[in-house]
Amino acid sequence: MREHIVSPKIYYVIFIALTVLTVVTWSVAKIDLGRMNAVVALTIAVIKATLVVLYFMHVRYNSRLTWVFVGAGFFWLAIMVALTLSDYMTRGWLTIAR
Amino acid sequence: MAETTTTTHAGLAHHFDDIEQQREAGTLGMWAFLVTEVMFFGGLFLAYILYRSKYPVEFAVASNSLNVTMGFINTLVLICSSLTMALAVYCAQIGKRRPLIIFLVLTMVLGATFLVIKGVEYHEKYVEHHIPVRFNTYEFKWEPHSAEGASSQAERPAVETGNVEMFFFLYFAMTGVHALHMIIGLGVLTTLVFMARRGRFTPEYHSPVELSGLYWHFVDIVWIFLFPLLYLIGAHLH
Amino acid sequence: MQTVADITPPRTHYLNATYGVKSWLLTTDHKRIALLYLASVTFFFSLGGLFAMLIRLELLTPQGDLVQAETYNRLFTMHGVVMVFFFLIPSIPAVLGNFLVPLMIGAKDLAFPKLNLLSWYIYTIGGAFTVVAILMGGVDTGWTFYTPYSSTYSNGNVILTGLGVFITGFSSILTGLNFIVTIHTMRAPGLTWFRLPLFIWSHYATSVIFILGTPVIAITILLLALERIAHVGIFDPALGGDPVLFQHLFWFYSHPAVYIMVLPAMGVVSELIANMTRKRVFGYKFVAFASLAIAVFGFLVWGHHLFVSTQSVYAGMIFSFLSYAVAIPSAVKVFNWTATLYKGSISYNTPILYAFGFIGFFIIGGMTGLFLAALGVDVHVHDTYFVVAHFHYIMVGGAIMGYFGGLHYWWPKITGRLYPEAWARFAALVIFVGFNLTFFPQFLLGYMGMPRRLYAYAPEFQVLNVMSSAGASILGMGYLMPMIYLIWSMRYGPHAPPNPWGAAGLEWRTSSPPPTQNFEHTPVVTEEAYEFGPATEDVVSTVARA
Repeated sequence: MREHIVSPKIYYVIFIALTVLTVVTWSVAKIDLGRMNAVVALTIAVIKATLVVLYFMHVRYNSRLTWVFVGAGFFWLAIMVALTLSDYMTRGWLTIAR
Repeated sequence: MAETTTTTHAGLAHHFDDIEQQREAGTLGMWAFLVTEVMFFGGLFLAYILYRSKYPVEFAVASNSLNVTMGFINTLVLICSSLTMALAVYCAQIGKRRPLIIFLVLTMVLGATFLVIKGVEYHEKYVEHHIPVRFNTYEFKWEPHSAEGASSQAERPAVETGNVEMFFFLYFAMTGVHALHMIIGLGVLTTLVFMARRGRFTPEYHSPVELSGLYWHFVDIVWIFLFPLLYLIGAHLH
Repeated sequence: MQTVADITPPRTHYLNATYGVKSWLLTTDHKRIALLYLASVTFFFSLGGLFAMLIRLELLTPQGDLVQAETYNRLFTMHGVVMVFFFLIPSIPAVLGNFLVPLMIGAKDLAFPKLNLLSWYIYTIGGAFTVVAILMGGVDTGWTFYTPYSSTYSNGNVILTGLGVFITGFSSILTGLNFIVTIHTMRAPGLTWFRLPLFIWSHYATSVIFILGTPVIAITILLLALERIAHVGIFDPALGGDPVLFQHLFWFYSHPAVYIMVLPAMGVVSELIANMTRKRVFGYKFVAFASLAIAVFGFLVWGHHLFVSTQSVYAGMIFSFLSYAVAIPSAVKVFNWTATLYKGSISYNTPILYAFGFIGFFIIGGMTGLFLAALGVDVHVHDTYFVVAHFHYIMVGGAIMGYFGGLHYWWPKITGRLYPEAWARFAALVIFVGFNLTFFPQFLLGYMGMPRRLYAYAPEFQVLNVMSSAGASILGMGYLMPMIYLIWSMRYGPHAPPNPWGAAGLEWRTSSPPPTQNFEHTPVVTEEAYEFGPATEDVVSTVARA
């Protein structure tokens, strides 16, 4: 598979997007949204990370196998977090006789 | 497999059939390594998620004592460095040696800037006795940042200082491991600069630049998550 | 038909291509690196075995009379640490895998030969740290390093031992990385995925676990070390932390780690069964996918080690269900191997004896694993010798049998010499008897309530313990024999032809030992895996020779 050369223009666009998103994260954090603070912050972080992965790291132009590798890594992290939290979140469900 | 080249390329290792196979192997290898890094940092993120949900108030209060401005600047610094790194890879791809070296050096300068700012932050924490080994639980006071915060005594949350120390432990562990990766990255970039100066990279062979770029972007991505999770939790507290 | 005396070895091969210590210590040839690993893992196997011997000596009597309690704690800890991290996890992948993966796919070397050498150095350095830790008195926390004992109260060398394990983990990661990339990108022309030997499928699945699991134990050890320094309480309940978080992180790796130990052995067994019965493995695709399924599902069951911790019952039920699910692909493999044997042309030589041993012991070990996966039963037998017997059946009865079987089977390819078949069969028998005598009584002991990790026990358990210790000494002698005759054969054994077993597979299409570049010409594959025709003239039957 021949290497795809990404034009610098795309890099500049992504750079501006990342900067804007960083400013947005910072500004939104100053407002008290309760639980939504974390959700918004993480959503923006995921968007930024996705842009870096797809464009700076060229994954958009890579083989499907690379996509599988990248996906597997984050999916496995999700497994670790989800199953561990399944323990912590359900601990209070069963009231044990005192 | 791609068409076999009749000329043996200078950068082609003996056990590969052609430069294309070598390039593909290198990319997959670096991504496999980055997957291990995801899982490595992931353990820290898991501990963070757990303790933040257990001690939300303490975490917010402790986070509030961090220097958000410096964190914000550092985030922009790293995003810039990702741009310069991507441009360095582009220069390697089109065979422009001088711009390649310039962009590599710029990336290093930005990386070093990040570490200097981090050092200043760490020093601040050291002085304030917020480092876990030097942590003084009786001394920890949450200082409001604004006049209105100072006047609204009723809104001051009650904190268990032991759990505040937990935040700082995770803060230092996560940013420390991240900084270690940055330092290694600087070492890698230094090697690349030396190789580039000796003319080792051509449009056909520049894998080291590309693969180092992947590593550098990954370290940037980790910080993209660290910034909101560590610095912005308590940002709404005045 | 050629006789043994007619075999002339190749003039130049990878062993004599270059001479001198530097040519070995700075080699990038995967075959030489495999031998470097062979030397290292044998050393650690002996060290771990020494600790085992001391443990079994202490357990001859109900009282704690041979060593002090804390010493005993250190003995079983170091036995576990050394055997798990420095023998079982590297053994088959680093020795047999490193040697065979490029050969089996028709490549000249692994994708990253220098990383391969680095991997061995990292392993050795990590091992050195651990040996230093042992010399300084070792650790008494159990190989599982449970907190808050290990993080707060233990006086042992936790950080030093942890450092050794941490460093060696990177060796695993590099090996796994190398295998995955090599298998994806360097297969010979015509070698499609479903023409690959099942050994390769197993090692691919193992490498997936290396990549996804090992980093987590690394960060766990790092957190443990930081906690010992900072005393923040991340794992200490007295300071607001949760010790079970450590267990979650620890077992997230350590459970898949047991599949790292057994999957390569299963790969070996697939090769042995197919080639010694001259039959294609029954349900090849099922076995291949079962390997991947074990690797994936293996990551979803770690909570079964936490059933009696404060883990929630609901999470326990999920993990219990998933633990039953992970047994299914393993069972598929066992059925398929058995079906392969049916109407096969079986040669009863040493490698297949080890394969039979594997299948039998793996069934027992696997089934008792299902006992343990049931929440209710586990409450009763957790932390008893039942668990100890279960995992030794899999790790020793399974993984080590696979290792020895593979070592014997590929010995002619690796060294160019034939080992003495009679001695080898005798040793296999001794190992079989010794193993059963050592570990079967432990199921009974555990079920009757004898706890593990204690140097004293109730007097009514003594008879079974004496049986177990007697078995251990027999087992030890059984392991000693191959060490002697295999080394003997390297000098005095008859020369091996390229394909002494009449086996299928690309590794048998080159000389024994192979040249440095593996093949004179890159092979082109046109047939399916395990295609057996009639035995050709250059095959020397080892059955006739014995």
